[in-house]
Amino acid sequence: MTLPVAARSIVSRGLATSAVALAGLAAVYVLALGFTPVEARQGLAQKIFYLHVPAAWSALLAFSLVGIASALYLWLLDPRLDRFAAASAEVGVAFSAVMLTTGPIWAKPIWGTWWTWDARLTLTLFLFFLFVGYLALRAAVQDPAERARFSAVVGILGMLLVPFVHLSVYLFRTLHPTPVVLKPSAPSLPPEMLRTLLISTLVFTVLYIGLVTVRYGIALAEEAREAPDAA
Amino acid sequence: MGSCPGTTGSSVREAIRLALAIAAKDIRVELRSRTALLSAVVFAALVLVVFNFARDPTAIAAVDLAPSVLWVTFALAAMVALNRAFTIERENAALDGLLLAPVPREALFLGKLLANLAFVGTVEAVTLPLFVLFFNVDLGGALPGILGVTALATTGFVAVGTIFSAMAVRTRFAELLLPVLLLPFMVPPLIGAVQATSRLLSGRPLSEVMGWLRLLAIYDVVFVTLCMLVFSAVVDE
Repeated sequence: MTLPVAARSIVSRGLATSAVALAGLAAVYVLALGFTPVEARQGLAQKIFYLHVPAAWSALLAFSLVGIASALYLWLLDPRLDRFAAASAEVGVAFSAVMLTTGPIWAKPIWGTWWTWDARLTLTLFLFFLFVGYLALRAAVQDPAERARFSAVVGILGMLLVPFVHLSVYLFRTLHPTPVVLKPSAPSLPPEMLRTLLISTLVFTVLYIGLVTVRYGIALAEEAREAPDAA
Repeated sequence: MGSCPGTTGSSVREAIRLALAIAAKDIRVELRSRTALLSAVVFAALVLVVFNFARDPTAIAAVDLAPSVLWVTFALAAMVALNRAFTIERENAALDGLLLAPVPREALFLGKLLANLAFVGTVEAVTLPLFVLFFNVDLGGALPGILGVTALATTGFVAVGTIFSAMAVRTRFAELLLPVLLLPFMVPPLIGAVQATSRLLSGRPLSEVMGWLRLLAIYDVVFVTLCMLVFSAVVDE
């Protein structure tokens, strides 16, 4: 039984990475609150931007990678891809929960409402539901090979669903702030704010990597525990 | 993997023949017992009745609510229908027999899809007149447009529903899992269908809903093709 050892080392590597990311997150708090200028019109409420946008970034990164890993799994049938997809989906659901809670907290003072059926909000809400469904499916299938194939199918279909949900909800006029960084012209954000945002995004990406590594290691350990029973 | 010998025109025709045979089998099973179809129709009618009491008649005119009522009813009826689509294949391990037969998986999916469409279409065909009756809707010249919207939207979500139904029957809580998986996929077709229906019901010309119809058609093409391609991953060990 070499697997649990391998799993343990992966988990501890993941925990170390996550710890670094959490320390970085504390630094982001300090940086955002103490060393970044207060936005002129939104005031302190704008500070949540430094959590909300990086969390959204990590969630979308996580879900895109689930889609890609699912497509590759059906092609290569490598169990590592399935484990990675499962880990990424779990972490993605957690990050999108952060995004979906920080969003309304900001929206209440700025938009005057907790929630609105804006295109981007609706899309992310459905992405959240889609991947909660994905995890529910994983929990409901017992055979590992069957579970991997089923969830890969859902992952692939989900990836293709995104443009459709986006298109159909976009036809309602959108209220969400337009992108300030990833757009054709230069970022329209003051350099200090941009710096904090980029650092926070980096921290969230590291956190994503750390958490996925932990979940991957746990999945590996679980498989090792299940395997003798099946044999 | 589907053992489809070559991809010449004759094998495509053969696959379509097989798909029709599978669909015919399912429809025959349905017509012999009729209980499922009848229950689904009654269920759809009950949903319509319940909706009528869920609205304040003095505050909201029936016609303002009508498109959403129609489509929520169709969506729920489809869900009920899809839940049993593969349950009948489970009994006596009928699915194993089907899988042992030299049928390409694409044809098998297409056959199940056609059978489900026939089932859901029948329920919709009964629900639509009831809806006109209960909600006092004047279809006028909108009927062809609404039938077109219904066909396009239904095809899309029934295709995804067919593949999810095949998965869900092999899990522990199929009846719960199918709606949780399927509802996000129903969102684009439902938004399109409700928007198009409400425009058509208020007497707008068909040209005004072309954008929505195009979206529904693209959804159908993408998801029917994709589901056909990945169906083998769901049914084959």
